[in-house]
Amino acid sequence: MKFKTHLLPEFIVKRDEDRCTRCKVCVKQCPFGVHSYDEENDRIISREELCVGCQRCVVYCPENALIVEPYPGGYRPNEYWTGEYIRDIKKQSESGGVILTSTGAQRRLKIYWDHILLNASQVTNPSIDPLREPMELRTFLGRKPDALEIEYEGEDVKIKTELYPNLLIETPILFAGMSYGAISYNAFKSLAMAAKEFGTLFNTGEGGLPREMREEFKDCTIVQCASGRFGVDPEYLNSAAAIEIKIGQGAKPGIGGHLPGEKVSADISATRMIPEGTDALSPAPHHDIYSIEDLSMLIYALKEATNYEKPVCVKIAAVHNVAAIASGIVRAGADIVAIDGFRGGTGATPKIMREHVGIPVELALAAVDQRLREERIRHKCSIIVGGGIRCAADVAKAVALGADAVYIGTAALIALGCTMCQRCHTGKCAWGICTQDPKLSKRLNPKVGAQRLVNLLRGWSLELKDVLGGMGINAIESLRGNRDHLRGVGLEEWELEVLGIKGAGE
Amino acid sequence: MRRKIPDKEIQACALFGVMDRSGRRFGGDIAITAIKNMKVRGNGLGGGFAVYGIYPEYKNYYALHIMFQNASREAKAEVEDFLQDNFDVVNAEEIPTNPEANVIDPPLFWRYFVAPQKKGEEKKLSDDDYVVKKVMYINTCIEDAFVFSSGKDMGVFKGVGFPEDIADFFMLDELYKGYIWTAHSRFPTNTPGWWGGAHPFCILDWTVVHNGEISSYGTNRRFLEMYGYYCTLFTDTEVIAYAVDLLMRRQRLPIEIVAEIFASPMWDQVDHMDEKKKNLCMALRMVYAPLLINGPFTIVVAHHGEMFGLTDRIRLRPITAGEKGDLLFVSSEEAAIRAVCEPDRVWTPHGGEPVIGRLNSREGELNEV
Ligand code: SF4
Ligand code: SF4
Repeated sequence: MKFKTHLLPEFIVKRDEDRCTRCKVCVKQCPFGVHSYDEENDRIISREELCVGCQRCVVYCPENALIVEPYPGGYRPNEYWTGEYIRDIKKQSESGGVILTSTGAQRRLKIYWDHILLNASQVTNPSIDPLREPMELRTFLGRKPDALEIEYEGEDVKIKTELYPNLLIETPILFAGMSYGAISYNAFKSLAMAAKEFGTLFNTGEGGLPREMREEFKDCTIVQCASGRFGVDPEYLNSAAAIEIKIGQGAKPGIGGHLPGEKVSADISATRMIPEGTDALSPAPHHDIYSIEDLSMLIYALKEATNYEKPVCVKIAAVHNVAAIASGIVRAGADIVAIDGFRGGTGATPKIMREHVGIPVELALAAVDQRLREERIRHKCSIIVGGGIRCAADVAKAVALGADAVYIGTAALIALGCTMCQRCHTGKCAWGICTQDPKLSKRLNPKVGAQRLVNLLRGWSLELKDVLGGMGINAIESLRGNRDHLRGVGLEEWELEVLGIKGAGE
Repeated sequence: MRRKIPDKEIQACALFGVMDRSGRRFGGDIAITAIKNMKVRGNGLGGGFAVYGIYPEYKNYYALHIMFQNASREAKAEVEDFLQDNFDVVNAEEIPTNPEANVIDPPLFWRYFVAPQKKGEEKKLSDDDYVVKKVMYINTCIEDAFVFSSGKDMGVFKGVGFPEDIADFFMLDELYKGYIWTAHSRFPTNTPGWWGGAHPFCILDWTVVHNGEISSYGTNRRFLEMYGYYCTLFTDTEVIAYAVDLLMRRQRLPIEIVAEIFASPMWDQVDHMDEKKKNLCMALRMVYAPLLINGPFTIVVAHHGEMFGLTDRIRLRPITAGEKGDLLFVSSEEAAIRAVCEPDRVWTPHGGEPVIGRLNSREGELNEV
């Protein structure tokens, strides 16, 4: 049955007719078909019900003739039956399906980062000027021994303890797993190039690593091994600095993934090792992992396959029992635990999972760090957190809560051009990021993209140095887990307790 | 339940250490005169001394210096019962004090010379670990009792007051001779004076005096908790004392290595080192970065046979070293060294570069005592 849709437009397109020269740039730029040229009347017309608010046309209009803004109309204001609920119900009453969306959770829930404040030195210990003194952000990731045994041979000092492989990165920020397939080749390549230039790591996500990139980027790549096992073979595993087993993802804990066949082009099919044009389905669980022992077997299988030369990371979504789960993962042999919070992004997810499943990463991180310390195994792994890291202050707070480093996904895509329009699942990303359409993906030049990402890393790193200097600290390691440098505002007693911080003024 | 909100103590200080590297024992006047010379660095809310080689007649027994607050008889009885149950007590006496000294409301001080009496499961522990465990018990579980020091043939004397008043109170210059003396004068900014809060801090025969505020306190403390050290005093010094115990006593790392852990060289320097040195520095940083002590500090650490001074990696707090014959000095100020002798040499060590005093020969020490 065909309906007249009851949905209101979400955006309104305002075009200043005096400025518009009918150059048709917006017509070409919009992948959603909002703008079209009306030859008869020599004007551009817009179908705003198609507009997703990605702002591509606004940025590229040479005459600054466009404004795209949220639709000003709406239903009778109601705090309970908000426009969003009404809209979703109408949508489902027309489609009969799951509401699909992308990126990370947007609902109004306490953002703990915003309730935590950082410290600075005054008098009793001096702050340090980062412009005059070295400020060190270099970070090791991986398992550490309980102690180092040292032996003197004459003048020579020898380390008798065998060290585990560790990753060395220049700033405690890595790019989170985003697969080639979910994002375009150019976006993928931008991340790799930026990681290499800055001295950090990017993560392939679950879609394999294109062959031609292996040699060039092997020292700055984390290869992922997810439930679909796309593109996993010994050569893939060995062309990386580290391996990540992806158990879950903050945007959609507990469910798998689905890359529709239309997106599985020849290149993607070769990289993922699946036939061209077939759906790439990632099952919800790994079908060989139904318990912690099974996970341990996979961890050691991967270590065997790579001669124990690479740290193995296990990535989980922040769920209710995250502390106990993380402890199990460390005991199962993982060298790094990655925790992806409730706000973590994705290329496609049912809205219900994105908005309602999982817990905020701030609380998850605090709980995991504390639990691993109580069990005296914190040094046996590094913790990377991700899922909604928005700025260097979030990074500093995460490190002070106990993270070794952070993953950024959404923030990296925003640096590449993303405007958070939440339409990645349509494959029509106007910015050439979440798309496999060659006409769209060529909008992103990897060289330019990489430069934007490097600039972002540089900017955040400088800000981190400012924060450290203010605290009178000149090495990031001395902030790690140093919750004395955090205070909470507007938090309940139990929240302070979980975060392990004092309230402001205490 | 209300969360426990411990307050960390903030302070600044003067410190001084002198060692006779031949093992010759000498009286307290050098340390007392020197620390007194730096009076403005303290504010009379704490002073103390650690002295090595003072109990040669009991040198095989752990000497426990124990303070009883408010002269608590109950605490003393409880401690003595506990000691009887866990040790052979070969001697017990009140530590002599001078009632005329310029101190207010001093607690009661006793010393006990003991040998471990291990039972059952505890037989597996080394003597040292056993003593640490029992001392922790007294400090945390017996109200009003606090163990100042627990090493063999050494002792800590400390309290609320200027260091020279504390020395006068314990009659240090008259009664004791040692081959290492370390001294401390305290300037706490946020704690009322408490006798137990003065320096030196001591575990077994390891003592630490410290000047500075550690910005990495939270990191250091939480790392040490993983090794079973729980900070009960919430002072920076306690953290350093535990770190010294972990690295030097339990993990047997030498001072030179520990200095690179506490005040690790900058990456800029490491990147330019030769391969061997670089690998060592990288490994130390990788494993022990949580014990990097960040922020301004100077420490003087001593145990039998060794004393060393160290300042932070970018030297935010002062340290001066000096030598005269067999005597080695470390001090917050050069003036304090010059107040006690005309040194052969004085120098200012770089940040992170330890000044190490070791006995010229172990026999020297043994012959003397
Ligand atoms: S891009 Fe701007 S100037 Fe060009 S047609 Fe569209 S609105 Fe008019
Ligand atoms: S990646 Fe593209 S489609 Fe996805 S939210 Fe960003 S701009 Fe929109």
